[in-house]
Amino acid sequence: MTYEVVIGLETHAELATVTKLFCGCSTQFGVDPNMQVCPVCLGMPGVLPVMNKKAFEYALKAAVALNCKIDEFTNFDRKSYYYPDLPKNYQVSQNYHNLGADGYLDISVNGVTNRIRIHNVHLEEEAGKLIHPEEVGADYSLVDFNRAGVPLLEIVSYPDMRRVDEVESYMQTLRKILLYTEVSDCKMQEGSLRFEASISLRKKGCDKLGNRVEIKNLNSMKSVLKAIEYETIRQRDVLDRGETVGRETRLWDEVNEKSARMRSKEESQDYRYFPEPDLLPVLIDEKWLRAIKDTIPELPLARRQRFIEGFALSGYDASLLIDEKILADFFEECVKILNRPKAFCNWITNDLLREVKDRKLDIYHLKIKPKQLAALVEIIEKGTISSTIAKEVFSEMIQTGKDPKTVVEEKKLVQISDEGLIEAIITKVISGNPDAVEDYKKGKKNALTFLVGQVMKETKGKANPKMVNELLEKKVRV
Amino acid sequence: MRLFETSAIQIKNKILSKEIRATDFIKIVFDHIKNVEPNIQSFITLNEDEAIKKAIEVDKKIENSENVGALAGIPVAVKDNICTKNLYTTCASNILKTFIPPYDAFVIKRLKEEDAIIVGKTNLDEFAMGSSTENSAYKITRNPWNLECVPGGSSGGSAAAVAADFSLMALGSETGGSVRQPASLCGVVGIKPTYGRVSRYGLVAFGSSLDQVGTLSKDVRDAALLLRVIAGYDLHDTTSANIAVPDYLDTIDSGVKGLRIGIPKEYFAVSFNDDVCKALKDALKIYERLGAQVVDISLPHTEYAVAVYYIIANAEASSNLARYDGVRYGYRTFKPNGIMDMYYRTRSEGFGNEVKRRIMLGNYALSSGYYDAYYLKASKVRNLIKIDFDIAFEKVDCIICPTSPVPAFKIGERANNPLEMYLSDIYTIPANLAGIPGISIPCGFSKDGLPIGMQILGKHFEEKKLLQIAYAFERETDFHLKKPALKISPV
Repeated sequence: MTYEVVIGLETHAELATVTKLFCGCSTQFGVDPNMQVCPVCLGMPGVLPVMNKKAFEYALKAAVALNCKIDEFTNFDRKSYYYPDLPKNYQVSQNYHNLGADGYLDISVNGVTNRIRIHNVHLEEEAGKLIHPEEVGADYSLVDFNRAGVPLLEIVSYPDMRRVDEVESYMQTLRKILLYTEVSDCKMQEGSLRFEASISLRKKGCDKLGNRVEIKNLNSMKSVLKAIEYETIRQRDVLDRGETVGRETRLWDEVNEKSARMRSKEESQDYRYFPEPDLLPVLIDEKWLRAIKDTIPELPLARRQRFIEGFALSGYDASLLIDEKILADFFEECVKILNRPKAFCNWITNDLLREVKDRKLDIYHLKIKPKQLAALVEIIEKGTISSTIAKEVFSEMIQTGKDPKTVVEEKKLVQISDEGLIEAIITKVISGNPDAVEDYKKGKKNALTFLVGQVMKETKGKANPKMVNELLEKKVRV
Repeated sequence: MRLFETSAIQIKNKILSKEIRATDFIKIVFDHIKNVEPNIQSFITLNEDEAIKKAIEVDKKIENSENVGALAGIPVAVKDNICTKNLYTTCASNILKTFIPPYDAFVIKRLKEEDAIIVGKTNLDEFAMGSSTENSAYKITRNPWNLECVPGGSSGGSAAAVAADFSLMALGSETGGSVRQPASLCGVVGIKPTYGRVSRYGLVAFGSSLDQVGTLSKDVRDAALLLRVIAGYDLHDTTSANIAVPDYLDTIDSGVKGLRIGIPKEYFAVSFNDDVCKALKDALKIYERLGAQVVDISLPHTEYAVAVYYIIANAEASSNLARYDGVRYGYRTFKPNGIMDMYYRTRSEGFGNEVKRRIMLGNYALSSGYYDAYYLKASKVRNLIKIDFDIAFEKVDCIICPTSPVPAFKIGERANNPLEMYLSDIYTIPANLAGIPGISIPCGFSKDGLPIGMQILGKHFEEKKLLQIAYAFERETDFHLKKPALKISPV
């Protein structure tokens, strides 16, 4: 039997505000447990939430960037469930009046653009984190509330995806939009971007959706894809046996690459949503909405197109550049200083990315600045250094943040373009390698390359390669 | 008359003119508390050491001719559901028996800024759920006018403390009448301000869309003084109103000439206590004599108020009380077997029966499939009740009715009949649903010598007019000057 896989995603992204959603506590990651808490985010008796305007605006910005309809009226609701990491045992979220609804996200798979509809975008508060002691037989758990109350954006897609490559593209594109709009840092390793997938299978051609299974605890995009593949096979086997798939929530086990049932639909919680009486509804007027729209930058797909058309880059190169907003910004800064798009594109997509990977650098805190890369390209063009030497200079620049000229001076890497000096070295090389000279004269072209190499070796790579070639050819012919 | 029987304004003037030192006065008050409190049981926690420290501070300021606050040296009692930094705040519940807040409620911050002296934390129905103060996990407070009777509730401890002169004024809280009703039953003045007039920050939440801190005092002028201190916008409470707080005292003696007083026919359609009825009729006669016009009005949705209230208040309470789980503070059961067992046993052992009843009712009203029929519908009817008042206030300046259908009832009399207890608040609940201000002032005594209260309701943020109307009656009468015969407790 052939089945169609129907996939929807729920995405949680922590918003990049400096303070929490309802209090002034810091949102900084990695601080000692419970050092960023106050009566409000601990849910002490008597406390009240005060909306962080910045968080609300970030959420609004994301909703607009995802083409959502923005209602003039939005409100917050309490979602009730008991869990020790949830201080009030209810989460302030949105249910009856989401901030954004009925949007879409265009994704591109193998050059084909596909529209995935967004059901809603809403703002809510993050929970804390449970810490289970590693000691054997421990009869307690600890809670770290540093994260409790961090603003969290939830983006719910329609079940519009059919294949894992679409899911991958959706996740990547969504991540890029959140980064481009600067509403979230999307650091999956810090948990600031998380996904939950819901999957169902139905017979090809059937209109009715099958029973949906939700999968939680997906800690990376790779886990999402693996979990979907696993679940597809599991459900196919169930259906092939003539059984029905139960509506349930499953937990993904990353180590064993398996999922296990967490709860069935019957056991699912009644969240008892009702309007949060401690917060006033928010009215979004035209003027505010327009101001938010004005802050939305050019989004990835549009930027890619502009790079192709405006800078004559290949589609592949443009994709590489726009992949990380910070790299695309870096590229544009460089081009603004010196109009050599192709050269900068090569430096960024090849050398820079390789150095970042090899040296495990953080692209958000690169030591090299656009004007330094521009200066490097400039001195290559002037002939001050060769492009081979330039790679060495670049490597030093990215590690130290020094200007190219400083590196060249410190390492004495200035290209030798003095004809007399080069000729003297050539004479020395020729007399030292009579066999090679003979070979060349007999017609072996390779011999010349060997001799060039010897000259470069003598000059520690600093000789102007073009001049070496020309002069050497002249000399050996004689 | 003994010194502590005078009003706050009188005592403040004596302290400012150095006729008496704040330190000496507070010692007199604590001596009186020690003598009589064992009979009344209005406090859960006394704050004697800190109170004396504060009094010394006030005296020092006065000696050095420094500026002092509006409540300099005035002893104030605080209901034990209002957070006080470093001072137990139990909500009269076992679940918060050990809870010491790390912060001051907005109103407490204001009291301290104005140099008030916090005498102690007063008893209440657990989490302010009740109308008799019998639902406290710790003690039953007695009505100073008759020790067999309840003081009303849920701010019964605060009302009894003022009536028994343990403090010159007190803070209470209202969700459905919890300041006005005990004020009425104890013969003191109680204000429930407009929703949003006073910050709720630090008031332990019961029904968030209804809760409001209120005042209890010996007379209307003291109420005006205290309200001015606690009212105002607070950044920590989004629902507090950014509207300037007027001086409630400057024109308080303007009288009622030409004002129109509305009498809602629905409130008088039900039969209520004869003594209460007579006291009200006499009061209205006084108002007419003073030049006010009494007119009949209608509040057609009144009959739904109690039902609507118990859906909304309990729904919000079920959510507000979810945080008491033994994880972070307060009571935790012993040796729980896993997290679910910890939740079940902590809450089963920590909450009293009335609180549990309301949590269950509230959760039911919010549960999937019932939300529309209960909570949503109640919210809509609530709006109709609010509109009733809006229409009425187009015709009248205020509405007058009884605060409670009966004077203080006997301890235990209604304890086993929740529904009858819920009806104690039939006249007070509509104001909470509509968010309008109300004041209860003494207007007579029953044949048995129990105080009777009259309620005056006004438009949103028109506390000033209410106080003026209340004061016009008070200065014509002496009900507020009568004192219960307090006995010194046997040692």
